[in-house]
Amino acid sequence: MLKLTINGETREVDADPSTPLLWVLRDHLDLTGTKYGCGIASCGACTVHVNGRAVRSCVLPASAAQGQQITTIEGLSSDASHPVQQAWVELDTPQCGYCQPGMIMASAALLEENPSPTDDDINSKITNICRCGTLPRVREGIHRAAEIAAKGEQA
Amino acid sequence: MSREAVCISRRGFLAGSAATGAGFMLAMKIPFGSDAHADDLPPEINAWVVVNDDDSVTIRIARSEMGQGTLTGLAQLVAEELECDWDTVQWEFPTPGQSLARERPWGSFSTGGSLGIRSSHQYVREGGAAARTMLIAAAAKQWQVDAGECSARDSVITHGPSGKTLTYGTVAATAATMEVPDEVTLKDPKDWRVAGKSKARLDTREKVDGSLRYGADLTFPGMLHAAIHACPVHGGTRKSVNASKAENMPGVHKVVEVGNDAVAVVADSWWQAKTALEAVDVIWETGAATEVNSESIDQMMVEGLSATEDRIFVGNQNGDAPAALKAAKKTITADYRFPMQSHAPMEPMNTTAIWTEDSCEAWVPTQNGEAALEAVAKAAGLFPEQCEVHKVILGGGFGRRGMHDYAIQAVQIARQFPGTPIKLLYSREEDQRRGYYHPLTHARMTAALTDEGELDALHIRISGISILASLRPALQAETLDPFVFQSLGPDGDPPAGDHMGIYEVPNLLIDHAMRNIHLRPGFWRGVNANQNVFYMESFLDEVAQAAGKDPLTFRRGLLKSQPKAQAVLDVVAKKAGWGRELPASHGLGLAVCKSFGSFVAACAEVSVIDGKLTMHKIWAATDPGYAVNPQQIEAQIFGSFVYGLSGALYQEMTVEDGAVVEENFDTYPSMTLAQMPEVESTVMPSGGFWGGVGEPTISVAAPAVLNAVYAATGKRIRHLPVKDQALA
Repeated sequence: MLKLTINGETREVDADPSTPLLWVLRDHLDLTGTKYGCGIASCGACTVHVNGRAVRSCVLPASAAQGQQITTIEGLSSDASHPVQQAWVELDTPQCGYCQPGMIMASAALLEENPSPTDDDINSKITNICRCGTLPRVREGIHRAAEIAAKGEQA
Repeated sequence: MSREAVCISRRGFLAGSAATGAGFMLAMKIPFGSDAHADDLPPEINAWVVVNDDDSVTIRIARSEMGQGTLTGLAQLVAEELECDWDTVQWEFPTPGQSLARERPWGSFSTGGSLGIRSSHQYVREGGAAARTMLIAAAAKQWQVDAGECSARDSVITHGPSGKTLTYGTVAATAATMEVPDEVTLKDPKDWRVAGKSKARLDTREKVDGSLRYGADLTFPGMLHAAIHACPVHGGTRKSVNASKAENMPGVHKVVEVGNDAVAVVADSWWQAKTALEAVDVIWETGAATEVNSESIDQMMVEGLSATEDRIFVGNQNGDAPAALKAAKKTITADYRFPMQSHAPMEPMNTTAIWTEDSCEAWVPTQNGEAALEAVAKAAGLFPEQCEVHKVILGGGFGRRGMHDYAIQAVQIARQFPGTPIKLLYSREEDQRRGYYHPLTHARMTAALTDEGELDALHIRISGISILASLRPALQAETLDPFVFQSLGPDGDPPAGDHMGIYEVPNLLIDHAMRNIHLRPGFWRGVNANQNVFYMESFLDEVAQAAGKDPLTFRRGLLKSQPKAQAVLDVVAKKAGWGRELPASHGLGLAVCKSFGSFVAACAEVSVIDGKLTMHKIWAATDPGYAVNPQQIEAQIFGSFVYGLSGALYQEMTVEDGAVVEENFDTYPSMTLAQMPEVESTVMPSGGFWGGVGEPTISVAAPAVLNAVYAATGKRIRHLPVKDQALA
């Protein structure tokens, strides 16, 4: 039995320990906000936070995630109020939206580490792909989220 | 209650009342609200409009939403005429089964060709206007006044003389019984208040918190998961299967044969199914196709460039290009090539299906709900009336989801598990291997100039794959495929004129040597305009160079009869500062075309330093005739550069032993933020026509960038993708 801490809750899962975290989230816990895109950590659709850092869950064995704090898109905020989510809504960033949970989780982790990233920082840290082509609004969204977060801190 | 009884009551119910929702057969609650409609239904005013008790309005959207924003745009058009309060607008997808039962009140469900809005704007606006007329009539009846004295705005009806008001919700039940107006007058677009404005999308919130369930995310009680492996050599068949190892792996219920060319594992979870599938040994029967590889395909296409067989299809001509080229003192010629590409939407193909002897229900991420229902029914061995397809929001489509091979497979698997919901999900590798690829073509471009350096003659010989021939094999031998000539075709009424070549050339010949292969071609976002505009716009720069003329001036000279094309070209040239002094190793490049009914242009600024390409900025302009939601058009322009330039720079499906090689994003990369140039878009609707916006800009992306590469380096790239070709 795997024991995982997800979005602050401890969950027990009867899955093979080698099962990637992504599939434990999706098929065992019905947390389907985290998406499958490639299975080889190439596209970023499956990005979650492990101890606050962006991790591609499609290649992380669930056993290795035990004892770690895992956050999925469902746990980023309870009401889409995270600055990245606010910025995404404000700019209408998503198109089809399938890659966006991963894009949002990667962006949130970047801002946690670097509250006012430059374009170069964004280029090197956000390597998720989006086939619809939301990239310009992702970039703008990260800058906007940084502003929202900064204002929130002042308030 | 028997299923039959349920079906009959459903039909009777639908004939006179509102559309019902998902799960009517099996009482399954689908985990998203869009096509679910409670039993206690609020009044449907007509097929498009339901007015709820709280005065909010539900607008029905028949076309598919795959990111392109059609859902919001169509809702804006209905709401504009309905005069409802935009802030209260909700939406739902009617199902293809409801459409069938009600004799297609929503028209076509097909969503492709950048047609979603431009082919339905008229009747959806009429739907909104008719509903408004009926709501006003209902209020007038209640007040015992003349409807002509009443008006509506923001879901409130006002009687002018008395100033009395009623809200839509209070008169909805009466309105539903009012006479349907014979004709309605639509607003002049210059008076639009909701349409034409940059409204926020209606489907954003659920896309930022992970709550939206795509097809891949659906879960039903008792559902089993399926992973599939079909013959990677398209057209091949399954010869033998050894599943003894896989059948004993954890969670596996069964290894099943699917159609004549695939095998699937059905298990408790998808990861178990996929893992076990890798342990299944399959031997395929692939025949001569196994001998095909990229080199042999290219040889076949090169041969077509000079072929003189009878079956050369002429797509556009005027004057006598062969004679003019023969008589010319000097001709310019160059060969171009465009690769096969996979759509690679982020959400892999999937369908969830439940089959019994007399019913089949499927949740299909589809670009054409009606075609999906047909495909599901056929695979189920049932009549369409016994089946239902539920539409979901798509995780990308780009043309791939207009085909329904994956839905058919899901039903074929579900038939082997009667009564059990089966979710079939492709792996990324399967998605790549079993694509319908962008057609590969080559082109030989030959031009002649007059002594004054004017373009006198142009012959474009296209050699390559026809999508239409693949879809209609019976016609292949003798039928021209008009899609092959997209954006190079003759002028004419839509749809032909939507893809006309814009340049006036005294002697013109564009013809096609059809060369098909066993791998399936398909409509890939932008379709054949992508390569044709790349060929035309790159080569025009070559011809301008040979004529000693500036590429902008040269193009303008050929666009005298196309003021709208000239206008978008002029805008991008002006915004980019065409002719300005550039930093060392920088270049500007132009491209312009008409495709999918819109006029589009781009000007790119790039630099190439030590062989490394940097795209600094692209200025883009689109004249779609009418702009229903300018900020969403901007999003489509941005997206077109990402999709088009990912293809032009990096993406190619190569072939070895009859199968494609690139099976995942490591070998089939897509652009990331580090490569993405700044894009400045100008949306400049000039009125008088309706053009699409999801695809046209793709075709100008590659030539604008590669003309800029030439301007920066003197290096002409004629083969796509650029990939590892030296740029200096």
